[in-house]
Amino acid sequence: MKNTVKVHGFHGGIHPPENKKQSTGAPISIAPLPSRVILPLQQHIGLPAEPVVSVGDKVLKGQLVAEAVGRISANIHASISGTVVAIEPHPVPHMSGMEAGCLIIESDGRDEWIEHQGLEDYTQLPKQELIEYIRRAGVAGMGGAGFPTDVKLHLGDDHIVNTLIINAAECEPYITADDMLMRERAEEVLGGIEIIAHLLKPLHIMVGIEDNKPQAIRALHAALDNSPLNLDIVITPTKYPSGGEKQLIKLLTGVEVPSGRIPADVGIVCQNIGTTTAIYRAVIHGEPLISRIVTVTGQAAGHKQNYEVRIGTRFADLLDHSEVRREQMHRLIVGGPMMGITVINEQIPVIKTTNCLIAGTIEEMPPQPPAQACIRCGMCEQVCPAELLPQQLHWFAKGKEFDKARHHNLFDCIECGACSYVCPSNIPLVQYYRFAKAEIRKEDEEQRKADHARIRFEARLERLEREKIEKEERRKQRAIEAAAAQAAKKDAALNIASSSAGNRPAAASVPDLKQLKSNAAIARTKLRKAEKALANAQEKGLDGIETLQATLQQLQVKSEQAEKAYADAQNAPALQQTPTAPVTDIKQLKSHAAIARTKLKKAEKQLAAAQETGDGDIDTLKAQVAELQAKSIAAEKAYSEAESGNSPVTTPGIDTTELEADIAALQSKVDKAENAWKAAVESGSPAADKMAAGVEKLKDKLKALQDELATARASASAAPATTVDSTALEADIMAMQSKVDKAENAWKAAVESGSPAADKMAAGVEKLKDKLKTLQDELAQINAGSTAKATSDSGTEAHVSIKELKQQVSIMRTKLKKAEKLQAELPEGEKDPALDAEIAELRARHDAAQALFDAAEAEKAAAAAQQGIDLKQLKIDAAMARAAVTKAERALSKAEQDHKQTLEEELLAARAEAEKLNSTLERFSE
Amino acid sequence: MALIRITSPHAHRAGSTGNVMLTVLIATLPGLAALTFFFGWGSLIQIIWGTLLAVAMEAAIVRLRKRPVSFYLTDYSAVVTAVLLGLALPPFAPWWVMTVGIIVAIVIAKQLYGGMGNNPFNPAMVAYALLLVSFPVQMTSWAAPFVMTGEGWSVLSLGDTLSAIFGSAGTAVDAHTMATPLDVMRHRGGFTTEEMWVENALLANGIGAWHAVSAAYFMGGVFLLYKKIFTWHTPVAMLGSLTIISTLFFLLMPDQFPDPFFHLTAGATMLGAFFIATDPVTSATSNRGKLWFGAGIGLLIFVIRSWGNYPDAVAFAVLLMNLCAPFIDQYTQPRSYGHAKPNRGMK
Ligand code: SF4
Ligand code: SF4
Repeated sequence: MKNTVKVHGFHGGIHPPENKKQSTGAPISIAPLPSRVILPLQQHIGLPAEPVVSVGDKVLKGQLVAEAVGRISANIHASISGTVVAIEPHPVPHMSGMEAGCLIIESDGRDEWIEHQGLEDYTQLPKQELIEYIRRAGVAGMGGAGFPTDVKLHLGDDHIVNTLIINAAECEPYITADDMLMRERAEEVLGGIEIIAHLLKPLHIMVGIEDNKPQAIRALHAALDNSPLNLDIVITPTKYPSGGEKQLIKLLTGVEVPSGRIPADVGIVCQNIGTTTAIYRAVIHGEPLISRIVTVTGQAAGHKQNYEVRIGTRFADLLDHSEVRREQMHRLIVGGPMMGITVINEQIPVIKTTNCLIAGTIEEMPPQPPAQACIRCGMCEQVCPAELLPQQLHWFAKGKEFDKARHHNLFDCIECGACSYVCPSNIPLVQYYRFAKAEIRKEDEEQRKADHARIRFEARLERLEREKIEKEERRKQRAIEAAAAQAAKKDAALNIASSSAGNRPAAASVPDLKQLKSNAAIARTKLRKAEKALANAQEKGLDGIETLQATLQQLQVKSEQAEKAYADAQNAPALQQTPTAPVTDIKQLKSHAAIARTKLKKAEKQLAAAQETGDGDIDTLKAQVAELQAKSIAAEKAYSEAESGNSPVTTPGIDTTELEADIAALQSKVDKAENAWKAAVESGSPAADKMAAGVEKLKDKLKALQDELATARASASAAPATTVDSTALEADIMAMQSKVDKAENAWKAAVESGSPAADKMAAGVEKLKDKLKTLQDELAQINAGSTAKATSDSGTEAHVSIKELKQQVSIMRTKLKKAEKLQAELPEGEKDPALDAEIAELRARHDAAQALFDAAEAEKAAAAAQQGIDLKQLKIDAAMARAAVTKAERALSKAEQDHKQTLEEELLAARAEAEKLNSTLERFSE
Repeated sequence: MALIRITSPHAHRAGSTGNVMLTVLIATLPGLAALTFFFGWGSLIQIIWGTLLAVAMEAAIVRLRKRPVSFYLTDYSAVVTAVLLGLALPPFAPWWVMTVGIIVAIVIAKQLYGGMGNNPFNPAMVAYALLLVSFPVQMTSWAAPFVMTGEGWSVLSLGDTLSAIFGSAGTAVDAHTMATPLDVMRHRGGFTTEEMWVENALLANGIGAWHAVSAAYFMGGVFLLYKKIFTWHTPVAMLGSLTIISTLFFLLMPDQFPDPFFHLTAGATMLGAFFIATDPVTSATSNRGKLWFGAGIGLLIFVIRSWGNYPDAVAFAVLLMNLCAPFIDQYTQPRSYGHAKPNRGMK
């Protein structure tokens, strides 16, 4: 049979005696029903399952007895019907011979199934549910490690799976479980592959199989004739360890899985052939994983053949059944001779990953002679499939030079044992590597702990320091407060009077602002008066100038405080404050934009699908996409324009954290793209350059977005005149779009030239498109959120200075205290409910400011670039506003008593404007 | 039968370090045969004498170090050292030359460093270099090849050889010794290379014997390659670099420099390429490292032969590169699976 796929090679490898013929003579036979089964709660990688039955419970075959805990875990089902007699530690198949929690079931001899039924048409089920269905069946990788299968099936969610590889290499000597499975149950195998393919939608499916299994290959080919599957059966030369996941991937695709990454990172998912039948049975028949094929072989075994064995069957039962000659059995190996473990207890049960039992005689597997010195002959190096320098690693491990061992990529060692196999000095090399790895892990763990302790210690020091500073600040604040209290008291009294007389019904939460405003106004008036008095005194050479100066200084402080308090309060989240502008049409615009976006996405998806399958009129679709994109952008623009044209205080609030989370999500997406790119680089894919550019661009976008967001927040709060320029954002998106188009073109070119990088590039394009979408969404969100956000943030995002934020927090605190004090000072009967509400609100604002302060620390970097926009304009505005204030004040002082009220209001308005501008200016010119 | 617990792998290829060494010994046979055929019994006697000394010495030291003697003797590394030194020494060198050599090789260069696998320098070459520096006269008078028997020369009889080595049959031996071609080349005075061959008709006639010995070593080397005792990298790199550089100089100044073929076949080049430089313990580790290592030796051989004070250079060149091997190792790690490029240097 000829391969349709080019078989690449991998470095090294060995040809140990196969010893497979012994166990392929007889067909798979069903092992007798065990009298009791021992079900370890952990037969897989991940967390052990949690028992859901208790001792004494009757269980049926296939009944769930222990449930998966967390994402990486697997269900355990009763493999016979009977009674749970114990849940206790019991020896399990492990190198160390350790005990672990097991569920022990005594058979009732009836072998009664629980009611079960397969899915009639699994393609009708949503993918998530189908995967969940497989997860419920407790399917875990049956080749070796026992990785929960559902986790791998989910890989399609966040990875682009180009290639599905079914591992049927079975390269370890002795083992024939997969071989016999394929020979006898090829339909089930293919059925399982179909299900996996349905879930992962790979572009290419390959079954990797060693050329020493001609019958299995024929059986697969025969079954393939009746299957809708389009897959390549790739025959690889027999060489250990071609069944190693990384080696098989290299053999079949020529791609190397970058060190420390998983195959899915390069678009590949591997499944063991045994797992496919487990999936098939779970989905089609509704049978959970309760039995598997186990090879029983070795010279001491009577019948060397494969058995279908219930999970949990003790080795002793199996060995009895195959009439093993115990007096000859010297080594009992679970797994293959290269990577299997020995056990000395026959009570240990078969678990989901047990593929072989070798009852070896001493002649068959003589103890190794004592190790001689390494002569650095390099034979180990020539066979190492990971392309390491085993002899060097051995020297380093021996000398405990773990840094060097790590530098020589110790952790890329797959412990295949090829080096030990060939070493003429009989050095137990793999044992050295296990030791070194364990030591390094231990060291790392200790290092991590030490780091943790250090960080905590430093944090504590910092906290103490901070507390000291805060204390100091509080002390200062108190002094200022005391000075301001007098004035505030008077003002408050005045204000309450006026508000209860006048605009009480206007809004319950407004008085606070108003009050602050008038506080500020009054403080300022006093200041002016004092200034004038001082000027007068100086002019006329009166006595007491010093006293006046002191008073003036005090008043200045007060006035500033009051102004700042007002400014802060104004900038703090106050949705009720001066409600303006109709909201309805904005909403409508928003939904327009959303609809346009959805349409665009749909069209894009269609386009992508068409491109993938290569049929359909791609050009038309593309044109459609372009048109829709334009529409979408226009809608978004309209919406954002309407939005920014509005008063900065309208709109439903999207809260800070949400926006931040969005940015974070985008960031993680960029990271992923970056990782994909890195993977490509390491695998030497020619697509890497293209992808790198893509990633760079994405990063730029992200940065731009972050900047924009910061600007939007800052400028929106500063003044309507400088509200966010969403057109710039749109331009960014457009640029991004064009980049996506470019990447698409590059990809097409690659397809046309038949470059092997095309697959990877397709993935890259797909990812870029995703990014674009994300960006578009981001824009929408920013548009929606910026104004609301702006007011609530009081422009803090633009600040580099955390200090100032801190100050704001403390100011808020002061205000809060002040209000509280005020309330306390009022006589019992006169307690103003409005004031209460006010206090509550202030508190909320204080908390918000605090949260902002915390958030600002994280946001610091993002906002740094945004200083100094339009500073000039701001300055001019501020100066003009100040002039207006002065003018009004002058008018006020000259005016008659009856005009005073009106003028005062004017003055207040002018001042408010001035203050607003001032505070913005302050922030920007910091 | 009680089950045992043991870690994987459970399968091992038959073979031991002793087997590797034995294979190397077998591969030296053609060379030894050629030497004996052309130059008499001397080399054989040297080898037997050296082996006896080496085994005794090794046993004594291993016992002193309180290690199992038979276990260490059966790795045959001491025998290999003795055989290589025996092949390299002049056939009629007095017995004490070999004795000093073995003491240096086994005791100092090997066991004092911690025994097999731990010695940074090739023991036989350390011994050879030391002997060459200490006893230049004995070390540079080589046996005359028997091709000259037609003019009255004959190979010394076994008895005469024995007494030459272990007794003091000075004159009888003198008649049967002459300088090696390399030595003649080195001390040709003002003669050009061409004139030298004319001047030394005897040598010109006898050069065939050297060619034959080199060819025999080459055969042994190919056998070892076939047996996968070492990879091709070191010998190919070494012979390659020597060929290239000697060709270059020969083409530029044919009067002053012998032709590349001379370099490849004279002296210990072939012995060095296949039996000395390939000593795994003291050479670079990775395949790429071996290329650098071998190339360095080839280069140094040429440099020392052309401008150094000693006629042959293999020993010095190998020792110098032994010195560089750890350094080379650090910069020639292979690119491991899943890595874009190899790691460099030490951390
Ligand atoms: S195979 Fe053994 S003796 Fe040879 S270099 Fe590797 S570890 Fe050393
Ligand atoms: S066990 Fe590790 S070092 Fe040895 S051959 Fe396998 S991968 Fe290489």
